[in-house]
Amino acid sequence: MSAKGKVNFMVERCKGCGFCIEFCPVKVLEFSKDYNMKGYHFPVAAHSEKCIGCNMCGMYCPDFAIWGEKNK
Amino acid sequence: MENVKHPLSKYLREDRMPHMWCPGCGIGTAMNAFMHALEKSGLEKNDIAVVSGIGCTGRVAGYVDLDSFHTTHGRAIPFAEGLKATKPDTKVIVISGDGDLMSIGGNHFIHAGRKNMDLTVICVNNLNYAMTGGQVSATTPVRSITATAPHGSFTTPFSLPFLAEASGAVYVARWTVFHIRELQKAMLEAINKKGFSFVEVISPCPTLYERRNKMGDGLARMKFYKENSIVKNGADTKETNIEINKPFVVGKFIDIEGKPTYLESMNKYYDETFQCQLGYKTYKGTRYSCNISDGGVSEGCMDD
Ligand SMILES: Cc1ncc(C[n+]2csc(CCOP(=O)(O)OP(=O)(O)O)c2C)c(N)n1
Ligand code: SF4
Ligand code: SF4
Ligand code: SF4
Ligand SMILES: [Mg+2]
Repeated sequence: MSAKGKVNFMVERCKGCGFCIEFCPVKVLEFSKDYNMKGYHFPVAAHSEKCIGCNMCGMYCPDFAIWGEKNK
Repeated sequence: MENVKHPLSKYLREDRMPHMWCPGCGIGTAMNAFMHALEKSGLEKNDIAVVSGIGCTGRVAGYVDLDSFHTTHGRAIPFAEGLKATKPDTKVIVISGDGDLMSIGGNHFIHAGRKNMDLTVICVNNLNYAMTGGQVSATTPVRSITATAPHGSFTTPFSLPFLAEASGAVYVARWTVFHIRELQKAMLEAINKKGFSFVEVISPCPTLYERRNKMGDGLARMKFYKENSIVKNGADTKETNIEINKPFVVGKFIDIEGKPTYLESMNKYYDETFQCQLGYKTYKGTRYSCNISDGGVSEGCMDD
């Protein structure tokens, strides 16, 4: 089954606060092992198949680094 | 990789990103919620102006891709009043901190409420003067450790919803940055409201307030809000005090219709007083208008 939504990233803006990971209702996101250029772990879609495109991640992100969208 | 566009991009000064706010600071989330509210409002960008004072929150004026004013410390409201007076059709929204709006600028806040200025005021309350190193502000809870209260603060803070109501605001709500949908909705309602509307946004300052008070990072504070906020729409604003490490009330407290704004009161009064005087015209902004001269002309005294 294909995912209902898709999550997008601008990882270089991320400051690793973890809000998106914590408040994703279906736990799509996890911290990366890698660092971005500023030295923060950023979120990755570890379970992209679960994404419902609700954009809770996008609404919480203080840094405009992530957002979700529904698949058409 | 980064040739994608954020959906709120049209409201953001992309060239200023990344912004200066610390990791886990709630101001970015508050600004994000504000942009969602703007999107839902259907307002044209040209019809909106944002005014901020000085502080970490005051930086919002520099990050929104709208007409904006980054004013002097404490004086965002007077600047906003001036702007609104000359262009009454513009939605004027003040976004600033608890220090700026309620400490140094507290007097402007209460009088804007008293006069029912047609403005929306959004106060990001992080319980301290963050930008200058975390001093006690007018909202710092008793026993908080700050740069100016190393043994704990002992002065009684303002409860902002109570202050706003007492001053005369027609819309008063308080949410935290955890209550993201409620916050967006409150901002939208406040923007749509005629008269003096007020939204308090409780927000973490992990670098100063939370760190000194051993409250953990921004995320820990978000979890604290989740577990300790009591949603009580319509609550008496006397119940909205904030005590350190204790549960506190959030919600929409005041939403009233029909109270005349400053401009409406002024026009009604002057219409009655000067109706027979030659040259008198109801004031609609400097673009249209006229003053009362001694029987002189009343065509556009300002042109633009
Ligand atoms: C007239 C004047 N007094 C003092 C200052 C120093 N000052 C700059 S920001 C600030 C406090 C800001 O606090 P707040 O409005 O709560 O914003 P925050 O940084 O917490 O978001 C102070 C006292 C100033 N810039 N101008
Ligand atoms: S909410 Fe934004 S800044 Fe925070 S970890 Fe997620 S993407 Fe990074
Ligand atoms: S769009 Fe919703 S489901 Fe998808 S990652 Fe973001 S919060 Fe999770
Ligand atoms: S000092 Fe506090 S309020 Fe200022 S950006 Fe950092 S966390 Fe935010
Ligand atoms: Mg502050």
